[in-house]
Amino acid sequence: MLTQTKNTEERVWTLMIWSSVGLISFGFLWILGDLLWHGWTQLSWNFLFSSPENSGREGGIGPILISTSLIIGVCMIIAWPIGLGTAIFLAEYTKDHHRFGRLIRGSLDVLAGVPSIVFGLFGNALFCQALGLGFSILSGGLTLACMVLPILIRTTEESFRAITSDQRLSAAALGFSRSTTIWCILLPAAMPGLLAGSILGLGRAMAETAALIFTSGYVGRMPESLLDSGRALSIHIYDLAMNVAGGNPNAYATAIVLVSLLIIINLVASWIADQWTTSNQLPNL
Amino acid sequence: MDNIQPAPQLIKTKEQLPGIQTWLPYQSTQACCEPVAHIRARDLSIMYANQLALQKVNLVINKGCITALVGPSGCGKTSFLMSINRLTDLIPRCTVTGQLQINEFDVLTPSTDLLHLRRQVGMIFQKPTLFPFSIKKNLELPIREHGQHARETWAALIERTLQQVGLWDEVKDRLDQPAQALSGGQQQRLCLARAMTLSPEILLLDEPCSALDPISSGIVEDLIVSLRGQYTVIIVTHNLAQARRIADDVAIFWAIDGIGQLIEHGPARTIFESPQHELTSAYITGARG
Ligand SMILES: Nc1ncnc2c1ncn2[C@@H]1O[C@H](COP(=O)(O)OP(=O)(O)O)[C@@H](O)[C@H]1O
Ligand SMILES: [Mg+2]
Repeated sequence: MLTQTKNTEERVWTLMIWSSVGLISFGFLWILGDLLWHGWTQLSWNFLFSSPENSGREGGIGPILISTSLIIGVCMIIAWPIGLGTAIFLAEYTKDHHRFGRLIRGSLDVLAGVPSIVFGLFGNALFCQALGLGFSILSGGLTLACMVLPILIRTTEESFRAITSDQRLSAAALGFSRSTTIWCILLPAAMPGLLAGSILGLGRAMAETAALIFTSGYVGRMPESLLDSGRALSIHIYDLAMNVAGGNPNAYATAIVLVSLLIIINLVASWIADQWTTSNQLPNL
Repeated sequence: MDNIQPAPQLIKTKEQLPGIQTWLPYQSTQACCEPVAHIRARDLSIMYANQLALQKVNLVINKGCITALVGPSGCGKTSFLMSINRLTDLIPRCTVTGQLQINEFDVLTPSTDLLHLRRQVGMIFQKPTLFPFSIKKNLELPIREHGQHARETWAALIERTLQQVGLWDEVKDRLDQPAQALSGGQQQRLCLARAMTLSPEILLLDEPCSALDPISSGIVEDLIVSLRGQYTVIIVTHNLAQARRIADDVAIFWAIDGIGQLIEHGPARTIFESPQHELTSAYITGARG
């Protein structure tokens, strides 16, 4: 029977879809549960604010949180304007099939796929040694900026390209200069995409270990300036789990903090994008 | 809008600019005034890449009149409009040749100040294209961009312009709400108001009513009629009845072998009552097009 086979087929499909969804959620929940199971007992306010002791087996992650925020801060302060500028250049000033634009776009796509350890080596050679910044938060932040730029630029460029051409035409018809068109019309419309790109980049930066080992270093003390070495959360986890016997509980607790931060950042960003979209009544976004 | 009186003067001069309400609607139900040429196209051709879209148009458009461009799709009406404010510059590989003059000013010379030109020549598109901001901000952006008015006078200018398009009473309490929440007809009138904040001399309307329901369309049409005398209006329309109702002059475009051409133009009455070109008569009787 036609309907019979259709029903069976339908059921198989539904089953497959649901099982893949189930598998994904299960995997995610398992990771979270595992983290919580092993690390929950270590978590406390004190853990967040105190310094690590006994190579991190005891004490907390205060300085590490500070170093991480500084590294991420440097990364974003550098990456944002450069990323925005390049994206605008690519989307608004190069023609679709222009050789130069294609070259840049192609290079960015390759760069986005380069393993982070390569960025680490590059950052070490350029920032730590050639520019003499040494193992420092600044070197780490700059290296991360290089790493997230390709993602940031490409997502931002796409959000500019997604704006319909009537907006550009009507701005031009009103005699708006190019800069007004970009700043007052296109940028607000591209904002949700820009935010999404930043979050993607930020997430990648927060989770980064390999690129930071060679650039911002291991030192777990409270940094006194951007030229001090500083240990990022992910490196702390790596170090506790691999190099410190008995460091596992604190590694788990640190991982809980890192994952929570990523989740919070994602929630905040989607909330901001939502607000932005509803308050501006953007079409097609 | 409804107290129609003869306008003392057809064309606004710079001295008259400060108060828009001083320009009275020009009284005309038929052919307009003794014609004063405002826009002159001589052998104007438009090419996209290597494909000719419009060939050798020779057309004079009179000041303060409503000129309707009619003809089937794809015969180059939009292209013609966009060459007048040089929006064609934005289209890659589009070239415009020939001569195009507004008053004595040569539009097509490379040294033309485009921002200035586009302030003089406003344009409305088929689909209302408001920016995703509030009603007020949509009107403020062009005023600010061209910086001709002190900030204190903006509110008054906005009120005047909205009144001109008959939108003030409908939106005065919701100026801070998103412009895109307005109805289609209101949006189209707001687009017109936005162009009018710059006090242009010329308004190019590209099928302004074709995306609207009949009632909104009627309101916008009445509004366009009320612009006669204050602005030189060029309107593209597929609606022959509309052209007949509102136009002083009519230009018929036609694509012959895929190339757009101007086949006939003249006063509306002449075109509709005694067309010269056989395609025109077929078109207006509904036999073609
Ligand atoms: N951006 C463009 N690129 C290439 N060809 C175009 C473009 N815009 C219009 N054309 C071509 O030019 C011709 C005239 O188009 P258009 O001016 O839009 O006509 P109308 O407004 O009378 O429908 C059409 O054949 C169309 O295919
Ligand atoms: Mg058209």
